[in-house]
Amino acid sequence: MSNAIALRGVEKSFGRTKIIRGVDLAIPRGERHAMIGPNGAGKTTLFNLISGRFPVTSGTIEINGQAIDGLPPHQINRLGLSRSFQITSIFPRLSVFENIRCGLLWARGYRYSFWNLLGAERALNEEADRMLERLGLQDRRNVPAGLLSYAEQRALEIGITVAGGADIILLDEPTSGMSHSETEQAVRLIRAVSEGKTLLMVEHDMSVVFGLADIITVLVYGEVIASGPPAEIRANPAVQEAYLGSEAA
Amino acid sequence: MSAETTSTPIATVRAPGLLRRHWPWLAAIAIALLLPWLFFDWTKGRHSGFVLTMLSEIGLMSVFALSFNMLMGQTGLLSFGHAILFGLGGYCTAHALNAVKAGTLWLPVELVPLVGGLGGLVFGAAFGYVVTKQRATAFAMITMGLGELVAACALMFMGFFGGEGGIPTDRMVGTSLVGVDYSSSWQVYCLIVAWVAIATVLMRLQTQTPLGRMANAQRDNFERTQFVGYDPRMIRFYQFTLSGFFAGIGGALYVLVYEIVTFDTVAAAKSATALLATYIGGAGSFLGPFLGTVVVVLLQSGVSLISNAWLLYVGGLFIVMVMFAPGGIMGIVARHEPIARIGRLGELVVPYARILPPGLLSVLGFVTLVELAQLTTIGAAQNKSLAIGGQAIDPHSALPWATGAVMLIGGGLWLRREARVFRVRWDALIEEAKARGLPV
Repeated sequence: MSNAIALRGVEKSFGRTKIIRGVDLAIPRGERHAMIGPNGAGKTTLFNLISGRFPVTSGTIEINGQAIDGLPPHQINRLGLSRSFQITSIFPRLSVFENIRCGLLWARGYRYSFWNLLGAERALNEEADRMLERLGLQDRRNVPAGLLSYAEQRALEIGITVAGGADIILLDEPTSGMSHSETEQAVRLIRAVSEGKTLLMVEHDMSVVFGLADIITVLVYGEVIASGPPAEIRANPAVQEAYLGSEAA
Repeated sequence: MSAETTSTPIATVRAPGLLRRHWPWLAAIAIALLLPWLFFDWTKGRHSGFVLTMLSEIGLMSVFALSFNMLMGQTGLLSFGHAILFGLGGYCTAHALNAVKAGTLWLPVELVPLVGGLGGLVFGAAFGYVVTKQRATAFAMITMGLGELVAACALMFMGFFGGEGGIPTDRMVGTSLVGVDYSSSWQVYCLIVAWVAIATVLMRLQTQTPLGRMANAQRDNFERTQFVGYDPRMIRFYQFTLSGFFAGIGGALYVLVYEIVTFDTVAAAKSATALLATYIGGAGSFLGPFLGTVVVVLLQSGVSLISNAWLLYVGGLFIVMVMFAPGGIMGIVARHEPIARIGRLGELVVPYARILPPGLLSVLGFVTLVELAQLTTIGAAQNKSLAIGGQAIDPHSALPWATGAVMLIGGGLWLRREARVFRVRWDALIEEAKARGLPV
C-alpha cells in the first residue's frame, strides 16, 4: 500500500511484436525514480501503460494501491497521477495562463461547470499566477502558448502536469532538445515541483538522471535489467555494457 | 458609480460601471432598436416590414450561428446537421403556441422562446449522446447523417412535423407579461432584440466558464484534457447539449417572426447557412458568426431582390474567405492588431487604396459574367433584362461578355501585381512588430 506505483508482470504487445516483456516495478511514495535505457527499450510505452493511454496485454498496474485495469486516462489522473509527453503537448491557442488554469480546474472541483465565471474565481486565478511565477513564465502570461519558445513550452507542460497537485508525476524526457543552460533551469524546476511527491521520469541526459534520481531503473528490450541507487547502477557491468558503455563510446 | 468604487483597484473590478464596461453591448442593442426608425415611413406612420423582417432574420440567425460556433469555433466540432436543433426547437415552440391558443397551456409569449430552448436542449442531449462519442471527421459525418434522418422524418411524421405544409401557428395568443398583443412586426421585433441580447450574453458568458474553457482545450488538444482529469467526450456532450439550447431559442424566434415552421428549418441548407456565416465572419472569435450572419442575410434579403444569383455570390465569398482569410472577417481585423500596437496602421492606407481599384474591377467583371449568364437562363424565363444607364444590354451579343471577361482577367492580373506590393509592405510591418517583442 505504501507504493505509489506498482507493476506486476506487465506485458504489452503491438500486433505480434512484444514491446514490454514482463516488467515488475515498485516505486514507493516520495521517491524520485528515473527510467533509462537505449532507444526502443519501451520506456515511453511503459509510461503510456501506467497513465492509461494504452491497455496492458497482461499483468497489473496499481496506482496508490488501486488497480487501473481498463480505466481511461482521465480516471487514472483523478487517482492522483499526472504526466507530461515526450512530444510537447499543450493547448496551443489558449494563453499561457489559461493552459495552467485548465490544469487546475478538475483538481479544484470545477468539473463541467457552466455557471462559474472563471474571471471571478480569485483563489483559482491567484493559484494559476503563482504557478506561472514558479515556472518563470509570468511575463508571457497572456501570450498564446503556441507562440512560446521550445524551452518555454516544455516548462509550461511541466506546469500543466503539476498544477493540479497530483502526488505522482510522470515526466517523459522533460529536457530533451534543450540547451545546457535551459536543462539546468529545467532540472531546478523539476526538483522544486516534485518536492514531497513521487516522480517517475524517462530521461536520456545522464547528468539530469544522476542529479535528480534516488533510484534508477534500466530498461532494455522491454525488460528491467537493473534497478537501484545511482552509484550502484553506475557500477553495474550489465548496465555499462547495455547502455552507459555505448553512450560513452 | 460612487467615488468609493474607484478608490481601490479591487473595488473597481468588483463593482464595474455597467455603462463603462459593457458599452459596446448596450450600443449594439441601441443600434438594433434605432435602425428600423431610419426606414420608418412617416407619411403612413408605420415601419418598413421588409426592414423589420430582415433585421429579425439577422437576429435569429445570428443566435443560431453563434450556437453553431459553440461547436465549430470553440470545441473544434464541425456539425453538418446543426439545423435539426434549430428546427426541432421551432416545432416545439409552434406546438406550445398552438396549445396556448387552444387554452390547454398558459404561457406568456415573452417566455415562449424558452420552450424552443428546452426543446433544443432535450434533443441536443439525445442526439449529443450519440454523436459526441466521436470527434473530428467522424463527428461531422454522423451529424450529416443525423441531419438527413431528421429531415426525412419531418416529411414522414405528420402529427409532429405537419409534412410539407409544416405547422402554422399564431403569436397573437393574448398572454403577455407586458400587455402587448404582438399584432405589429415592431412589437415582435422588440421581443426578438431582447431574446437575441439575452442569448448572446449567455453564450458569451459561457465561454468564460470551466466548461467553455475546457471546450477550447478539447479543440486544441483533446488528448491533453484527459491527462488533466477531464473526459473529452463529456466536454463534447455538455457543449453540444448547451449549443442545442441556444439553437432552439433561435428556432423559437423564427416561429415568432414567421408564425409557421416547415421542414426546411431542419434541412441541410439551414445548417449550411450557419456554417457559411460562421466561416465568413470568423470562427475564431466570439462575434465572428454575428458579423457573418449580417453579411449573409444582407446578401440573402438585399441582393436576392436584384439578382437570381445571390446564392452564388455567397458561395463565392465563402470560397474566397476560406482560401485567403481562413480566420474570416474577424481574423482579418485581428491580424492588424500587432501593426496597430506599434502605431504603424497608417502606413497601410496607401497599399490598401492601391489594391482597391483592381479588386473592385475584378469583382465587377465577375458580377457582369454571372449576371449575363443568369439572364440567358432563369432571367430569360422571368423576362428580366439588364440595363446600364437606360441602355439595354443584350446578353446574346459578344460585347458585354468580352467586357466582363476583360474586367475579370485584367483586374485579376492587376490585383496580383498590387497584392505583391502590399505583401512586401505588410511583411515589413509584421517584422517590425516582431522585433518589438509582440507575439505574432
